Amino acid sequence: MTQTVLHALLSHWTRRPFQFMTLILGLALATALWSGVQAINAEARKSYDNAAGILGGDPVFVRKDGELIAPETFVALRQGGWLVSPVIDGWMPAKDGRVRVLGIDPLTMPLTTPAGGAVGEVEITDFLGETGLILAAPATATRLAQYGARVRAIDGIAPGLAIMDILAAQTTANIDGFTRLTRLPDQPFRQSPLLDIAPDLRLETPGSTADLARLTDSFHLNLTAFGLLSFVVGLFIVNGAVGLAFEQRRPVFRTLRAIGVTTSQLVTLLIFELLAFAVLAGGLGIAIGYIIAAALLPDVAATLRGLYGANVEGTLTLSPAWWLSGLAIAILGTALAAATSLYQVTRLKPLATAQPRAWVRASSSTRRFQLGFAASALCLAFLAGTLGDGLFAGFTLLGSLLVAAALMLPTALSLLLVLGERVTRNGPVMQWFWADTRQQLPGLSLALMALLLALAANIGVSTMVGSFRLTFTGWLDQRLASEVYIGAEDAAQVDDLVAFVTPRVDAVLPIWHTDADILGAPGEIYGIIDHPTYRDNWPMLDAVPDLWDRIAQNKGAMVNEQLARRENLTPGDTIAMPGGWSTTVTGIYSDYGNPMGQIILPLETLILRYPDTDRTDFGLRIAPDDIPDLRRALSEDFGLPPENIVDQASLKSFSLAIFERTFAVSAALNVLTLSVAAIAILTSLLTLASMRLPQLAPLWAIGLSRQTLGRIEFMRAMILAALTFILAVPVGLMLAWVLLAVINVEAFGWKLPMHLFPGDWLWLFVLSLIAAGLAGLWPALRLTRQPPADLIRVFAHER
Amino acid sequence: MNAKTLFLAVMLLITPLVVSAQGFAGMGASSDGYALPDRDNRFSFPADHGPHPGFRIEWWYVTATLTGDDGETYGVQWTLFRNALRPTRDPADQIWLGHAAVSTPSGHFHAERLARGGSGQAGVTAVPFRAEIDEWSLAGPNLNNVTLTAQGTEFAYDLSLRADRPFVLQGDRGFSQKSALGLASHYYSQPFYAVQGNISLASGDVRVTGQAWLDREWSSQPLTATQTGWDWISLHLDDGNKLMGYRLRDASGDDYVVGTWITPDGTPAPFAPGDLKMSPNTWARIAGRDVPVGWRVVLPKHDLEVSVNAVYPQSWMPTIVPYWEGPVTVSGTHSGRGYLEMTGYE
Repeated sequence: MTQTVLHALLSHWTRRPFQFMTLILGLALATALWSGVQAINAEARKSYDNAAGILGGDPVFVRKDGELIAPETFVALRQGGWLVSPVIDGWMPAKDGRVRVLGIDPLTMPLTTPAGGAVGEVEITDFLGETGLILAAPATATRLAQYGARVRAIDGIAPGLAIMDILAAQTTANIDGFTRLTRLPDQPFRQSPLLDIAPDLRLETPGSTADLARLTDSFHLNLTAFGLLSFVVGLFIVNGAVGLAFEQRRPVFRTLRAIGVTTSQLVTLLIFELLAFAVLAGGLGIAIGYIIAAALLPDVAATLRGLYGANVEGTLTLSPAWWLSGLAIAILGTALAAATSLYQVTRLKPLATAQPRAWVRASSSTRRFQLGFAASALCLAFLAGTLGDGLFAGFTLLGSLLVAAALMLPTALSLLLVLGERVTRNGPVMQWFWADTRQQLPGLSLALMALLLALAANIGVSTMVGSFRLTFTGWLDQRLASEVYIGAEDAAQVDDLVAFVTPRVDAVLPIWHTDADILGAPGEIYGIIDHPTYRDNWPMLDAVPDLWDRIAQNKGAMVNEQLARRENLTPGDTIAMPGGWSTTVTGIYSDYGNPMGQIILPLETLILRYPDTDRTDFGLRIAPDDIPDLRRALSEDFGLPPENIVDQASLKSFSLAIFERTFAVSAALNVLTLSVAAIAILTSLLTLASMRLPQLAPLWAIGLSRQTLGRIEFMRAMILAALTFILAVPVGLMLAWVLLAVINVEAFGWKLPMHLFPGDWLWLFVLSLIAAGLAGLWPALRLTRQPPADLIRVFAHER
Repeated sequence: MNAKTLFLAVMLLITPLVVSAQGFAGMGASSDGYALPDRDNRFSFPADHGPHPGFRIEWWYVTATLTGDDGETYGVQWTLFRNALRPTRDPADQIWLGHAAVSTPSGHFHAERLARGGSGQAGVTAVPFRAEIDEWSLAGPNLNNVTLTAQGTEFAYDLSLRADRPFVLQGDRGFSQKSALGLASHYYSQPFYAVQGNISLASGDVRVTGQAWLDREWSSQPLTATQTGWDWISLHLDDGNKLMGYRLRDASGDDYVVGTWITPDGTPAPFAPGDLKMSPNTWARIAGRDVPVGWRVVLPKHDLEVSVNAVYPQSWMPTIVPYWEGPVTVSGTHSGRGYLEMTGYE
């Protein structure tokens, strides 16, 4: 019996292979984007954890002033009974950029850390010493080929990291001292007071994981949001396909019920059927997701490295948890999408009419429900926007606004259609067209909501990226005002270099800086002089009126926007500076793309307060035509290595390249989301087309040709897509505003002005028309080729 | 002696040594660049209290058997090893290793420290004498008048060690042979320290007095491939005599048992192989292995037949290379106290 029933149910799919394909494809796509994004995030998080956990989670001693710890301090601590182990954290040059150097002392370090495990894989005698082994992940090891046989590839080391003996690290990273001292968990019986031995040290719990995770959180949240969005869009497709299949099988269900199959048997078999589809589509989706993730990961890795200095392996490893969660999300999605259809089957009466109904019929109660739901989503958005704080609130605001917009779409479209009917009140066919389009709206609304979300996301993200790019390039122009940037090879060379370039250029502007912990977080301190270059160009957001005069008088400090927002600083406030002094905030400048807080001091103040400042870098003002001569003179006459001379143009293109890569992923996901939406429309239209014969047959009978009917159907798809697009524009702009003014501020600490790009919208408009057109073309073509006999049969069936 | 050559060879901190029977020909430098013990060498103090970086391994080894003001027996161990990674004599190529322990009748506490030479963290100077690693030290104006300190997470001690007799040369005037094949070390001791000081434990401080024994030894040669471990005793007998003996266990069953009888005036009388007999009679299950914590020691030459028993049988050192080391009591024809060390029990 079961077998017969199952056969009857499944025969539907063998007769409609295309419908089967859309169902599987929709579910697979939904799963694919979601699990692809999850795979990328998981890979990145694993890399952060690896990198951060490499030395374990023991607290560390660092110098209060952020300087290096002298080896004598280390020895004094050990002799005072403090079990500490030195660590050098630096950088070494490598192919395709640089690699982080981690210098450790295996003799004193805690043994149970991943770094200790890595060292355990080699002979300790080969590891110790100034020319000892360099341990790195296989991918990183290939980038360190210049170190030859000293490099050993060890699996499990975080990417972009080279572990070596503390003596080797001192040479390799050119660091004379220790970055920090790990405090071992078990300390001896008696210890000398820390204040007596090393008053300049402070104990901190390692927060670098947290820092990196926090810094990159926004990026991953962004990806997750995209994944979720396309998952939801995918569910619309599944919902459409499942709904259609259930509608079309109503006669079968009725017959089965009539011959004695119980409701629970029927529902069980349907659930079984759906489960099988979910597993099949989920598996397919996971495979596609893997391909997407593998294709996007190198870009993501490059972005994370460029923007945050976070190292992520460019290759993907998969965990069983990821596979299972992909399958689970596919099953969950199917359950969500099929819930209403299944519910209707349970309420099916054996003797009820077999006529397809319900979901093609406008229901004012459904619409009221949608509007009510939209209103609560708007309330939530309002609460998140006014009371909420942080990234999560930002995304809640974003999500609930989108949901509200989607739910209001059918009502809005219906109003627009009424309007359309009023405007073009000529002839019965036209009148029928509008009325019939309105009639179809409920059936299409899910697909149109999907389109709206995809379009809005597209407009929003491209407006955000475009605004960012415009602001960023403008800002680069201001910020990179000097034509050429040079760096002396060492401090000893500085005076000669300045003497050499001064007669050859219009101005020599020192760009000296030092790294320091600013109000508890890593930051940079720069020094500048009062010069027209800065007065005219420096991108100030807010400042005291006599800012540059104060700089000339060596007073005050400028802070970047990120720092100002984080610490809630405004011009006139007092800021506590590293090294235990304080000064007045005289201005706030925009500093896009910089994850760190930054302070700019008058140059003399910088030198006075931070004598160890790196004084090797300079900006040069010079007529652009003279740049090649200057370059030649610097490298040939002075002997400055070419890599120490950078001109403005290449610096700009480098910065822009980082920027473009950052948003390459967003762009790719954008396109994917839009294509998912196009498939959603296609499935919905197909669904409707096959059910609409009874409604079209009378029109054919009264003289409209099949070609005309096909054209009308095609037009309908285009008009609905166009109207949806028009509604998507304000939704997209709202999304862009939230991204720029809320999410960006929370995630990066800078607020961007919003720019509009109507040209892009036009493109998107054309694109969505093409998508809808392609989706509408097929049903329309099918209609024009429908044998007249089918149309006649409609009357014979008397349904 | 306590034959720690093997111990250090196994320590894994050093490149596995190529174990080869070098025989008696090894006068002068060995093929791998390290200095070798020389039978004709005569010690020169205090210079020889300092390190000999030309040799691969060296140690300053103190064990003390003490009585607390609570009447209990306490044992203290303090050891500093020097290991050369390469025969360069470069301080950066020296690894220093410290072990410290306190044994009570009811517990055993230990600590281990590692440091590299040249870092300022560890080292030894002969005049004034100072051996140190981190905050642990054995230091004083000279090696017969030193203070000894060390600590771990559960203990600390500060002891003053005074000796009024000369250092005792082991083996053939300080040339100590390790096997019938002739592997050897330079070896001298100071078994005559009188000790007083303080031990701090979680349960409180204890004032202690007693005796201590220093071993100084350096070499470049491992034991032979078939020697699997050793059992070593240093005994302070109540009649003023001292006994040092060790059994090198050989996989072939051909154990090598030698030692020295030291009279109260410090005159050493080395044993010929076969003079001393050491046989285990009590075993304890420690860290998953059976270790002999009670011994029958017979030395017919001096009419000695005693039982040597651990004060605290679980005196296990779970260090990088684990071993047993703790105080013992002596009973039988002679009475006294001392230290027992056992390695190579798997």
